[in-house]
Amino acid sequence: MQRFKSLTQHTGFAVAVVILALLIVWYLAALWMNGQQLIMTLERTQQPWTYLEIVRNAYGIARPPLPVPHQIAVELYNSIVNQPISSRRSLLYHTIITLNSTLLGFAMGSILGILIAVGIVHNRTLNASLMPWVIASQTVPILAIAPIIVVVLGSINITGILPKAMISMYLSFFPVTIGMVKGLRSADKLHMELMMTYNANSQQMFWKLRWFSAQPYLFASLKIAISAALVGAIVAELPTGAQGGLGARLLSGSYYGQTIQIWAALIMSALLGWFLITMVGLAERWILKRRGAVQ
Amino acid sequence: MNALNPDVINRPAASGRSMVEVNNLSLIFEANDAPVHALSEINLTIHKGDFVSFIGPSGCGKTTLLRVIADLEQATSGEIKVGGTSPSDARLNRMYGYVFQAPALFPWRTIRSNCALPMEISSQSKTHQHAQIDKYLQMVGLQDFHNKFPWQLSGGMQQRASIARALCLEPELLLMDEPFGALDEITRDHLNIELLKIWEATGKTLVFVTHSIPEAVLLSTHIVVMSPRPGRIVKVIESPLPRHKTLSLRDTDAFHALAAEIRQALAEDHQLD
Ligand SMILES: Nc1ncnc2c1ncn2[C@@H]1O[C@H](COP(=O)(O)OP(=O)(O)OP(=O)(O)O)[C@@H](O)[C@H]1O
Ligand SMILES: [Mg+2]
Repeated sequence: MQRFKSLTQHTGFAVAVVILALLIVWYLAALWMNGQQLIMTLERTQQPWTYLEIVRNAYGIARPPLPVPHQIAVELYNSIVNQPISSRRSLLYHTIITLNSTLLGFAMGSILGILIAVGIVHNRTLNASLMPWVIASQTVPILAIAPIIVVVLGSINITGILPKAMISMYLSFFPVTIGMVKGLRSADKLHMELMMTYNANSQQMFWKLRWFSAQPYLFASLKIAISAALVGAIVAELPTGAQGGLGARLLSGSYYGQTIQIWAALIMSALLGWFLITMVGLAERWILKRRGAVQ
Repeated sequence: MNALNPDVINRPAASGRSMVEVNNLSLIFEANDAPVHALSEINLTIHKGDFVSFIGPSGCGKTTLLRVIADLEQATSGEIKVGGTSPSDARLNRMYGYVFQAPALFPWRTIRSNCALPMEISSQSKTHQHAQIDKYLQMVGLQDFHNKFPWQLSGGMQQRASIARALCLEPELLLMDEPFGALDEITRDHLNIELLKIWEATGKTLVFVTHSIPEAVLLSTHIVVMSPRPGRIVKVIESPLPRHKTLSLRDTDAFHALAAEIRQALAEDHQLD
């Protein structure tokens, strides 16, 4: 007990030191980059300046090359707390738009991924014919394909959340297929033989054995898939000229040189990703616990 | 004592009476370096209602022979019939129950639900399932653990659960691969007696792999002594002991004489090597 306590104190301390070091580096880098810009502007307009002034002003520029954490924090606070959630100026409004298409794309991608995996595991022809396409699909750069998907779907009057969700699906089905194929094939040989002695049919083999053997692999894949779905949703918001979503927020931020807004959106998407992966992790724990696998 | 050699026991059996018939069966595992002759020229007839034990040193092919009967392994040459049909038909008809050397319980199912598995697969009614499970968990002494998961049980308890799972199906033919190997002496005695009771009451056919001479003597009507490299049957001994057995039988002269005969058969073979 004593040792455990001192250990947590120790790691807590180490984490604090690392974070502090990062913050110091960040502020120094911001001073360097923003300061240079300030000096350049001042010299261009031939105004006198002192280093003290530069240091004082480096952290207060409206569109700094590198915003510092407290500026981002203020921006996050203002755009979350000080705006009604239905407002286009609210960061939460954009986050929810991205979250919706992420979740829809993730759900579609997971189901598609599982179905492809089941097909591949149960059917030799599908294994030979589908697997190369599955792999090839991921070698196409998503940034190239996203506008095409959006335009093609738009031309047949599919707009809104669905094209974005399709791109999320496109990115997220792949890890699910790969993990699930491995998982479905991971069933213990002895368990397979036991089922053979019962003359279990392939459906029983699947629902009573393979599906359960695959679950640990499935959850590992789902964690990758949900972050891929988030990336897909954000990327899909870039070329669509979307009015909402974290991607649109990033794009408009860079269009107007609003670096603080960009960083706030970046932090928000990181938090969203962390939140989504944590949720999958909790679902995993809950399900594995219910089936008695957590000791 | 009635020591039959494999050819004598291989009399042409009235097909209604024989449960397992093996003729000139060989099985070779192809390995990278040299092929392994796991079974060589096996001849054996097991009649309905027999309790047959396979005994022999490790690696002599006991498990392999059991697996051939269960259609889990295919013979390289020779013939085998199980219940008058091919092993594969016997398996498809769910004619036998198999207890593996390891418990092979599903970790995501409780003990009760593990025992229910074979009955779920053969779509038996829920009430029947529960009655069977209660009966056989009680028999192996696990009634208080039915809602536990396998990892909450000791190795020996897991093995007992796997025995209960096989018994629940009440198959005509029970194939058991060292089912009691992991158990303590007392539990083993208890389960030996219980198994004998079931066998006497139901007239099932039992094929039983063991490393223990006393266990083989206590349980069997026939003892098949096997030898490795290549795996073969050196002797089939028909037990002179009565079919109805009790633990006290172990103190009789007949018991010791039979044990000695088995020990000698095992030792003789060792000298040949
Ligand atoms: N799948 C396999 N592939 C190759 N060789 C095998 C395979 N299974 C068994 N063997 C070999 O066949 C021989 C017989 O093995 P088997 O498992 O039947 O022995 P056993 O009598 O059951 O031994 P034990 O008492 O240790 O369980 C051994 O030499 C083993 O190495
Ligand atoms: Mg064995």
